[in-house]
Amino acid sequence: MTGEIGSDACFTDRIEPGVDELVVNVGPSHPSTHGVCRVIVHLDGEVVTKAEPVIGYLHRGIEKMAENRTYLQVVPLTDRLDYVGSMYANWAYCRTVERLAGIQVPERAEYLRVIVCEMQRIASHMMSLGSAAADTGAATMFIYAFDQREKVIEAFEELCGARLTYNYVRPGGVSFEIPEGWTERVLQFCRDHRDGLELMDRLFFGNVITRDRMKHVGVLSPEDAVAWGASGPVARGSGVNWDLRKHDPYSVYPRFDFDVPTGSNGDCYDRARVRLFECYESCRIIEQAISQMQPGPIRTPGLPRLLAPRPGDAYDHIESARGALGVYLVSDGSVRPYRMKVRSPAFCNLALLPLLAEGHMLSDLVVILGSLDPVFGEVDR
Amino acid sequence: MSGLAWGALYGLAAGLVIAIAALIGVWGERKVAGRIQMRIGPQELGPFGLLQTLADTLKLVLKEDITPAAADVRIFRIAPLIVFAPIAMSFVIIPYASGFAPLDTSVGILFFMAVPAISVIGVLLAGWSSRNTYATIGGLRAAAQMISYELPRTLSILPFVLLAGSMRPLDIMDEWRWWWIPLTFIAFIVYFISSIAEVNRGPFDLPEAESELVAGYFADYSGIRWAIFMMAEYGGMVAAALFGAVFWFGGYLHLPGALGVIMLIAVATLLAVAMIWVKWTFPRMRPDQLMGTAWKVLTPMALLQLVIVGVVIPWL
Amino acid sequence: MNITELREHLCATYPDLCPLFSIEFGDGVISVDPDRLLEAAGNLRDLGFDRLSVVTAVDRPTHFELVYRLYARSMSAAVFIKCNVDRDSPRVHSLAGLWPAALWQERETFDMFGIVFDGHPDLRRILLPDDWEGYPLRKDYEDETVIRRPDYI
Repeated sequence: MTGEIGSDACFTDRIEPGVDELVVNVGPSHPSTHGVCRVIVHLDGEVVTKAEPVIGYLHRGIEKMAENRTYLQVVPLTDRLDYVGSMYANWAYCRTVERLAGIQVPERAEYLRVIVCEMQRIASHMMSLGSAAADTGAATMFIYAFDQREKVIEAFEELCGARLTYNYVRPGGVSFEIPEGWTERVLQFCRDHRDGLELMDRLFFGNVITRDRMKHVGVLSPEDAVAWGASGPVARGSGVNWDLRKHDPYSVYPRFDFDVPTGSNGDCYDRARVRLFECYESCRIIEQAISQMQPGPIRTPGLPRLLAPRPGDAYDHIESARGALGVYLVSDGSVRPYRMKVRSPAFCNLALLPLLAEGHMLSDLVVILGSLDPVFGEVDR
Repeated sequence: MSGLAWGALYGLAAGLVIAIAALIGVWGERKVAGRIQMRIGPQELGPFGLLQTLADTLKLVLKEDITPAAADVRIFRIAPLIVFAPIAMSFVIIPYASGFAPLDTSVGILFFMAVPAISVIGVLLAGWSSRNTYATIGGLRAAAQMISYELPRTLSILPFVLLAGSMRPLDIMDEWRWWWIPLTFIAFIVYFISSIAEVNRGPFDLPEAESELVAGYFADYSGIRWAIFMMAEYGGMVAAALFGAVFWFGGYLHLPGALGVIMLIAVATLLAVAMIWVKWTFPRMRPDQLMGTAWKVLTPMALLQLVIVGVVIPWL
Repeated sequence: MNITELREHLCATYPDLCPLFSIEFGDGVISVDPDRLLEAAGNLRDLGFDRLSVVTAVDRPTHFELVYRLYARSMSAAVFIKCNVDRDSPRVHSLAGLWPAALWQERETFDMFGIVFDGHPDLRRILLPDDWEGYPLRKDYEDETVIRRPDYI
C-alpha cells in the first residue's frame, strides 16, 4: 500500500499469519510497553519473525495545538511531550524560541537549567533502568531505582511545586529562584546517589541472569545506529561516541568536565549500562555547576509576555535523556508559532524495534523495547 | 467410620491446613519482599498485618467470577481445581512428626513425584481454554517447563531411596543420619532450583511472566478461581519447602512429638524464605535458557549425585 | 566547522550545489527542486552528513515546504534542505534509501500533510488511525475539535 489517500485498511486487515505462525497483539495496554504502544508480533514458536510497532495511541496533536497558542503558552504543552523528562522539552523549546527571538539568557539561568536537566537525566534514567529491570522480572531493582528517582522528584517539587510537569524553563530564563538550602540537599543527593548506583550495578548488572538476558540481545551496529537516526544512550550503547553536550556544545556545558560513557557491543546490556554510567556523569556536572554558579538574575529583564519573533525559522536541539531532542519553529512574525515540529529521540529510537527484535524471542522483545526507553508522550506527541 | 468419611475428614483438614499455609505464605512473602525492597510490607490489618491476606482473600471471593465469552467454559472453570487438587494431595504423604504421616504408604516418594505433576494438565487446560494468545503461550511454556523440571527433581530425590532402601517416607526418616546432608548436597541444589521452577516462581515464572504474557495462563481468571491458582502456587511452595526440610534436613530430626513438628516447620520456613529471597532478587530467565538449565545443568548434576551415592553405599 | 567553512567545503566538492546554498539566520540552507532532492541529498550524504535528524513540512499559503535537517558528526555541522512541493498533488522522492531514519519520519509527514513519498516501502499513516480523514497539520484542516483562538489573545 503506497499511501493512498482515504484508504480504509485497518490494521487487522494486514495481519496475515504465515504458516505455523501465531500473531500476538502486545499492547496497547500491556505491563511492559512503557506507555501505550502496540506491537503486532508474529511468532514462530517463541521466536519473533516480525514485530511491527503501532503507535499513536497517545497522539494529542501537540504540534497543531502549538499553532494556536502564544509562545509562552506552548511551554506547558512541551511538558506533556516527554512526561518523565519535562525539563528537556521545556529547554529545547525555549532554546529555539530564544534563538528565533534573539534573547540572551542570564548566566545563572543557564546554570539552573543545566542543574535541573542533569537531575532530570538521573530521574529519567532511573525510571528507564527500573522499568527495564521490571521487564526482566527484577522487581527489587525497580523499587531501588524508583527510590532514587523519587528523591529527584522531591527536589523538583520543592523547586517549582510540580512533580511531573514542571514548566520550569521559560523563554528568557527559568521560572523560580532556588529555595534556601536546596543546593546543599542536591549535593547530598549526588553523594547518596552514587552509593545507590553502586548498589544497583551490583544487584542487577552483576547478576548472571541479567547478563544472560541482556547480552547479545538486540544488537545494534554503530552504522545502523547512525543511519536510523538513533541518538542518546541507544546510539552510545553501540559505541557511537556522540553526545550533543560534548560534540555540539550548548549552554554552559563546555565549562564542565565530564565523560561520555559508551558501550561496545550495542546490545541491551550496554544500552542499559550506559544509562547507569551517565548518572555518575550527571552527578559530576551537577556538582561542578553548583560550585560555579554565581548569584544574578534568573530571567532576561524586560521580556514582553507576548513574544513576536522575526519571521523565519529556527532549530535547536539538546541532549535529552533519550537522545537528541530538537524543536523546529517557524514564525510568521505573529505572536503564535506558525509551525512547531518536535524531533523526538524516542520516536526515532523506537523505529529500530522491528530491526532489533527480529529473530529474538518474545521475552527478548520486551527487553529490547525497554532498552530503547521510549516515552510515548514524546513518541506520539 | 467408613473410609469415605475418613477421606472427607482428611480432605477438610488438608484443605484447611493448606489454606492457612497459603495465607501465611502470602503474608510472609509480602513481608520478606518488603524488607528486601526497603519498605515494611503489610502492617495495617491485625498484628504485623497478619490479617491482610485474609482481607485480600475475602475481596477475591466476593469478586465477580468472569468467564470470557470465547472460553471453553467447562474446562475453563475446572482448570484451577485440576491445578490445585494434586498440590493439596501432595501434603498427605509428608511425615510431619515421629511416626505420623497422614497417608503412610510404601510408595510415598513415588506419590510425591507423580501426583503434583498432574497439575501441569490443569495449567495447560487453563491456558488453552481461555482462548487468549497470552494464556496459550503461558500454558504451553508452563507445560514444557514443568515437565522438564520434573526429571531433575525426581532424580534429586532418588539418593534417599538408595540410602534408606525404601520409598516410604517414614522409613527414610528413621534411617536419616546427619552426614546425609553433606552427602546429598548436590541433590539439594538440584531439588531447590527445580522446585522453584516446578511451582512457577521467580526466576522461573515465565508461564505467568507479567511483563511479557500479562499473567500467562491465568490472564483471564478473576476472583476465587484466580485465588485458587495463587493458593496452588503458595501451596506448592510450602509443600516443596516441607519436603526439602524432611529429606535434606532430617525433618523432625528423630525428635518426638511437638518438638519435631516445630523443628520441621522451622527448617521449612527457612527454605521458603530462601525461595522468596531468590524470587525478589533475580530477574526472570528466558525460555531457552530455562530449558538449557534443566537439561544441561540440573539433570547431569542429579545423575552425578546418584552415582556418588551409589558408589558410597557399599562402604556404609 | 562554522557555516562559511561548510560553504567552501560544499562548493569545492559539489559545485552544482553551490548556487543552491544560502545562509538564513546563521543556518545553512540548500533549496532544491523536488526532482533534484534525491541527488542533492545523496551528495550531501557522501560529503559526510551521516545523520538525518528531521524530516518535516511547513504548510505555506502557496506550497508545502519540505524541511530536512542533516547533521555531520565528523564536522559537527548541520544543514537544512528545503524543497517546495506543489500543494495540490504533493509528491517527492523518499530519502529512506539513503537514511533509514526517514522511514518513520516520512510516514509522519505523510500522515500530517498528505505529502506522498515515492519509493517509500511502507507509506501509511503512523500516528493517526488508518481511517482518519484529512491531514491535520495542513492549515486548512477542519474538524469539530479544531478551535481557533481569537486573535487578541
